[in-house]
Amino acid sequence: MNVDETDLPGLGRRKDFMTASGRRIGVVEYREGQTELIVSTWDDPDTCQASIPLTAEEAAALGNLLGGQRLAMQLSEEHREIPGIVTRQFSIGGDSPFHNQPMGKACIRTRSGVSIVAIMREGEVVPSPGPDVVLHPGDLLVAVGTQQGLDTAADILRNG
Amino acid sequence: MDPLALTLIELGAVVFCLGLLARLAGRIGMSPIPLYLVGGLFFGAGGLVKLEGMHEFAHLSSEIGVILLLLMLGLEYTAAELVTGLRRSWKAGVLDLVLNFIPGAGLAVLLGWGLVGAMVMGGVTYISSSGIAAKVITDLGRIGNRETPVVLSILVFEDLAMAVYLPILTATLAGVSFLVGLQTVGISLAVVTVVLVVALRHGHHVSKAVHSENSEVFLLNLLGAALLVAGLAAAMQVSAAVGAFMLGIAISGATAHSATRILEPLRDLFAAIFFVVFGLNTDPSSIPPVLGWALMLAVLTAATKMITGIWAAKRAGIALPGRFRAGAALIARGEFSIVIAGLAVASGVVPHDLAALATAYVLIMAIMGPLAARYVEPAVKMLRRRPAKPRPAARPI
Repeated sequence: MNVDETDLPGLGRRKDFMTASGRRIGVVEYREGQTELIVSTWDDPDTCQASIPLTAEEAAALGNLLGGQRLAMQLSEEHREIPGIVTRQFSIGGDSPFHNQPMGKACIRTRSGVSIVAIMREGEVVPSPGPDVVLHPGDLLVAVGTQQGLDTAADILRNG
Repeated sequence: MDPLALTLIELGAVVFCLGLLARLAGRIGMSPIPLYLVGGLFFGAGGLVKLEGMHEFAHLSSEIGVILLLLMLGLEYTAAELVTGLRRSWKAGVLDLVLNFIPGAGLAVLLGWGLVGAMVMGGVTYISSSGIAAKVITDLGRIGNRETPVVLSILVFEDLAMAVYLPILTATLAGVSFLVGLQTVGISLAVVTVVLVVALRHGHHVSKAVHSENSEVFLLNLLGAALLVAGLAAAMQVSAAVGAFMLGIAISGATAHSATRILEPLRDLFAAIFFVVFGLNTDPSSIPPVLGWALMLAVLTAATKMITGIWAAKRAGIALPGRFRAGAALIARGEFSIVIAGLAVASGVVPHDLAALATAYVLIMAIMGPLAARYVEPAVKMLRRRPAKPRPAARPI
């Protein structure tokens, strides 16, 4: 994957790449710290159809959604041989009782039999997180377990 | 009436009117600069109302306005951006300089304003308004566009060119002998280089000297330093504006960003007064005789900026619509053209018609620039669509 980085003197920096479908997609990072998601129009890759300002939290959440999807797909692929095992993603909202708490406090594996195999955070993967990893709002938990176990885990993360 | 009361009333009325004009400009989505100029023409010399009481304050304020405009121009780009910009886009920058300096200088010679007039008018037609260009690019959502770095790097080059041009201009205006002039220019070039090197290597020291977490302390430090440096530069026969500009370049990094934020309201106020004062000192009746020339110059220099942008964007591998967008974004002239004309008028060695021509020219360009930038794209699309068959509707999404 080849990401182009271009300086925008006086404004910041643009990072983008060409998608297989012929559209340019990327972000503009301003000197003041804001981030903008840019998508080119379909007929002229030089121009932008949309530039969407994102807060740091929104950018991290979007990065997790895109990255997490891929991770979850890989995991499902690997677990296809084992019937009854499903991969699911949980996002930690600001209203979750476990935000800013170590993950071990939720006792997910003990209570539901579900394993948290990775956390997507700000576009990066925390693999095999231990019980003392602190959960932040916007984190995306990649969980593996049975259908029923995952429902229980979702309930635990939402309601404690 | 008590002179103080008169001054306050006049000043209050003028600033209030400027507020109304700025609001009107915002409503119709144009730069307030041409409206400020028209406001200035309306009052003052040859205008409807003569303002005598605020003369002294307005004069000093407009000087501060110029200093703040150039300080902010220096703050806009970091030394590193200036150096990489120079390295990467000097070809486009030189083309820009040649194509856009010659029309102004040529007309000045044609009108018999001599070498000094040519020097001034060349600068007026050369320098794009980075303020208007940046606003247009932001307003039209073109920051993520591919041609935008091309436009910005041309503006960066112009920024650097100003650092060399302004000392030459001041030396020419002062009417010094060739040798003394050469010496002044040599000193300024050396100062520019030293400031760039210092800003690159030790920029954080300069920044640290003025920076403060307390915004009040920071503002006073900045303004004090700017006026001090400007005053010292003026005392050394280098223009005060150049001194402020150099200080702006030397301040870098996070300090520069917060300095920009903190100085913006002050700059807006004093620059507005500067534009009004420039308009005040221009007799409106001197404009109609030069209007034809101004229009001709406007059309010509709009075309030359267009060519500059198209050429530079083509070199960067940008498709046809993007090339035209790049050219159109550069058309607007504004604050710095007036700064150059203002320096010339203040020196008193240029004919009065020059102020009138510069005013008329900037009025046209500051209005035409944003309009051209907005409508160039639909225009190009319409022209292209007519001969070609409509595209197959293979539109994803």
